[in-house]
Amino acid sequence: MFYREAGQFKTTYKADQAIFPIVQDRWFVIGVLAFAVLILPLFANQYLYTEVLIPVLILSLAAIGLNILTGYCGQLSLGTGGFMAVGAYAAYNLALRVPETNLIVVFLFGGVMAMLVGVLFGIPSLRIKGFYLAVATLASQFFLEWAFARVKWFTNYAPSGSVAVANLELFGIPIDTPMRKYLLVLFIVAVLALAAKNLIRGRLGRMWMATRDMDIAAEIIGIRPLHAKLSAFAVSSFYVGVAGAMWGFLRLGSWEPLAFDINRSFQILFMVIIGGLGSILGSFLGAAFIVLLPIFLNQVPGLLGIPLSTAMVSHLEFMIFGAMIVFFLIVEPHGLARLWAIAKEKLRLWPFPF
Amino acid sequence: MLGPVLETLIGGLLTGVLYALVALGFVLIFKASGVFNFAQGAMVLFAALSVARLSEMMPLVVAVALSVVIMIVLAYAIEFLVLRRLVNQEGIILFMATLGIAYFLEGFGETVWGSNIYKINLGIPKEPMFFFESVFPGGLLIDREEVAAAVGCAVLVAALAIFFQVTRVGRALRAVADDHQAAQSVGIPLNTIWLIVWAVSGIVAIAAGMVWGSKLGVQFSISLVALKALPVLILGGLTSIPGAIVGGLIIGAGEKLAEVLLGPLLVRWFDLAGGGIENWFAYMLALVFLLFRPQGLFGERIIERI
Amino acid sequence: MRAPADSDIAAGEILLSIENVSLSFGGVRAIRDVSFDIKKGEVRAIIGPNGAGKTSMLNVINGFYQPQQGRITFKGETRTKMRPYDAAHGGIARTFQNVALFKGMSALDNIMAGRTLKMRRGLLWQLLRIGPALNEEIVHRHRVEEIIDFLEIQAIRKVPVARLPYGLQKRVELGRALAMEPDLLLLDEPMAGMNLEEKEDMSRFIIDVNDHFGTTIALIEHDMGVVMDLSDRVVVLDHGVKIADGTPDEVKRNQNVIDAYLGVAH
Repeated sequence: MFYREAGQFKTTYKADQAIFPIVQDRWFVIGVLAFAVLILPLFANQYLYTEVLIPVLILSLAAIGLNILTGYCGQLSLGTGGFMAVGAYAAYNLALRVPETNLIVVFLFGGVMAMLVGVLFGIPSLRIKGFYLAVATLASQFFLEWAFARVKWFTNYAPSGSVAVANLELFGIPIDTPMRKYLLVLFIVAVLALAAKNLIRGRLGRMWMATRDMDIAAEIIGIRPLHAKLSAFAVSSFYVGVAGAMWGFLRLGSWEPLAFDINRSFQILFMVIIGGLGSILGSFLGAAFIVLLPIFLNQVPGLLGIPLSTAMVSHLEFMIFGAMIVFFLIVEPHGLARLWAIAKEKLRLWPFPF
Repeated sequence: MLGPVLETLIGGLLTGVLYALVALGFVLIFKASGVFNFAQGAMVLFAALSVARLSEMMPLVVAVALSVVIMIVLAYAIEFLVLRRLVNQEGIILFMATLGIAYFLEGFGETVWGSNIYKINLGIPKEPMFFFESVFPGGLLIDREEVAAAVGCAVLVAALAIFFQVTRVGRALRAVADDHQAAQSVGIPLNTIWLIVWAVSGIVAIAAGMVWGSKLGVQFSISLVALKALPVLILGGLTSIPGAIVGGLIIGAGEKLAEVLLGPLLVRWFDLAGGGIENWFAYMLALVFLLFRPQGLFGERIIERI
Repeated sequence: MRAPADSDIAAGEILLSIENVSLSFGGVRAIRDVSFDIKKGEVRAIIGPNGAGKTSMLNVINGFYQPQQGRITFKGETRTKMRPYDAAHGGIARTFQNVALFKGMSALDNIMAGRTLKMRRGLLWQLLRIGPALNEEIVHRHRVEEIIDFLEIQAIRKVPVARLPYGLQKRVELGRALAMEPDLLLLDEPMAGMNLEEKEDMSRFIIDVNDHFGTTIALIEHDMGVVMDLSDRVVVLDHGVKIADGTPDEVKRNQNVIDAYLGVAH
């Protein structure tokens, strides 16, 4: 089966604007989803679910969120961890105080609260940009981290400062096994990723990219910077908030603010850079890379007979992440997603080089 | 009441000197290359580690001299491997690249030098000194090391000021800071200038690392504490050396005073589980500044041209 | 494409009038007490030596700069303070001396972005991209394709503009401005840096836009041949002061203009 678009003539603009205009791409996405829903559960074990699949999916969602803000709208944020925390603690409090709430509603509530906080901390972006904005978002990161550690109401006066959720259920089905958690995460992430893909192809997406590429020119075609930037902060924080809620509920189960500290912010930013600024697919690739690399470093050298100490693994991780960031920024700012696109380009021509 | 508050103030000012030292490295690099160097904190950590570990094997003076060489080599590597390849990129890309450098340096530093807590002994007696015993009951208690740090910082800043105002390199540097292309067109080699500022920033990092290391021990958290230099820069203005100093002092003193004076009030009003507002106070202060005076106290106003 | 829907103002009446506008930056006086008007349907050229304040004038008209003195009346409304997006809402479009395209986007997306103001569907519809939102996209895509046909850039619609040669970038930028269906189109040196063939193409587009759609055009241009051929009336600035105003022939014979271009001290 060749990867070709020859012979696929688009006779309407509707067809040309479809989400995956090339037939093979459409089948590929459907195939991946089918594999994830039908085949993976046949052989996946608990480790694969809790250490690989669930983290990759949830962090992909957070990366999509940050990518909307940084990759598409050009506003750098170092406060992703803080906004994830807002999502997690808002969801926790809703579930705690209104016990019968549907789990999906709980997650969406986490997203909405993060959105409100995100817009609030996005206001400085109207006056400042670049690294000035990065420092401003650091303020939100440290403030939020502090607030969830100190304001007792948020943690329901838990003496340890950590909160826990249990007995999750959705429409009467208990979400208790790793497989069920995985399927729920997969469903939410798939729906939100498609929605994000839709958004960036529409008017809002063009507004964001226009603001990113040249804010002055964006203004003269009638794009209000206020509207473009704050909508990017809102949508981005919503995604990040939902990811935070799911990270708390479905990955951790019990957590404290440390789970959403500044290193989380950096981690998500690295996913976006390595995966590709301005790419939804890249958000998934980046998340997969960053989750899998430590596992790889932990396992593979041991199997090869050169076991590394835990400290060494963590240092190596730092060095590899750092080097990869620099490498991608220099060689391919569009990250893994761009490498994937190049591979596809090659495949389109293969086996004829011209 | 006045005594403890004054002590807090002075303690805060001395911490501020440390922030200022880190911020100074930022300003140097930003002025000459327009790069907002997020890796300055990691450079401080790296420098402190190398001084600490080398001084276990040799006299402190030799260890410091050797560290200077290491920082110059490091500056060369950064210039050659990263900056040179990112010329003419947008500021935001360069900024993210320095984030990568920061991560790499942290991992690399701990791989080479180890990741325990190390001590740097500057040979200054540890006993605190008492001032104004006649004015306050018990007097004011101040750490000798911190006084030494403040003096050292002052000397360093004076040296840098002379370097920039008087020497040929300094003049070239200021020209580059003004306009890259114009500077290049009159024959100032950009790469050399960048190498020099990164090396000088590396040396400033050694100073900061030594002071910090002798006070708190050399450990990973240095690079996080060094993040505090960011609000200092916003306050002082990104291009101003006096701004870095004044900003450092304001932030250092401000956050300690806020902790002591404002902290208990917040705890009482909002029923908090403890204070700790110095974790975010500096950033919030910077945020307020960004909203009302984005160029900082001493920075040049940025006029955007179309 | 169709002619802009506004039209309380008949062709030949005053669309925009500038009265006694002054603008200075710090101590530099870029524009001093300049008055002129632009009539609906005409091609108005603004010319002058370097540093005459031409671009500053355009920046005042579309709200980048706020003049310290003077009044600007557009479509009968006088304004003192305005932001560029207000100007866009009012129907003023603009191209730049150094192309100001969205570098990361395709030619098609750049021109589609010009339709932003005309699109209405909210966030939720766009998330789902069904029904009204999808229809809206397709309706506007049709309009944009008409512009693409008009400018003869069908072959490059999906190419990221950063990869396009300069001449084509200028064309895409014109397309983006046209997508706004403006009442007044400001062109800042639309032919700068072009070769003869490209200049001829661009002149043709400008004439067609003006003829077929009745769009009023104000342009800055250095090529005197082009200015004399294209424009109905010319205003000449020098050192921020208006030194002549009239038909191309009148301006060509004006002694002040000749002095300014030949550099006679005055």
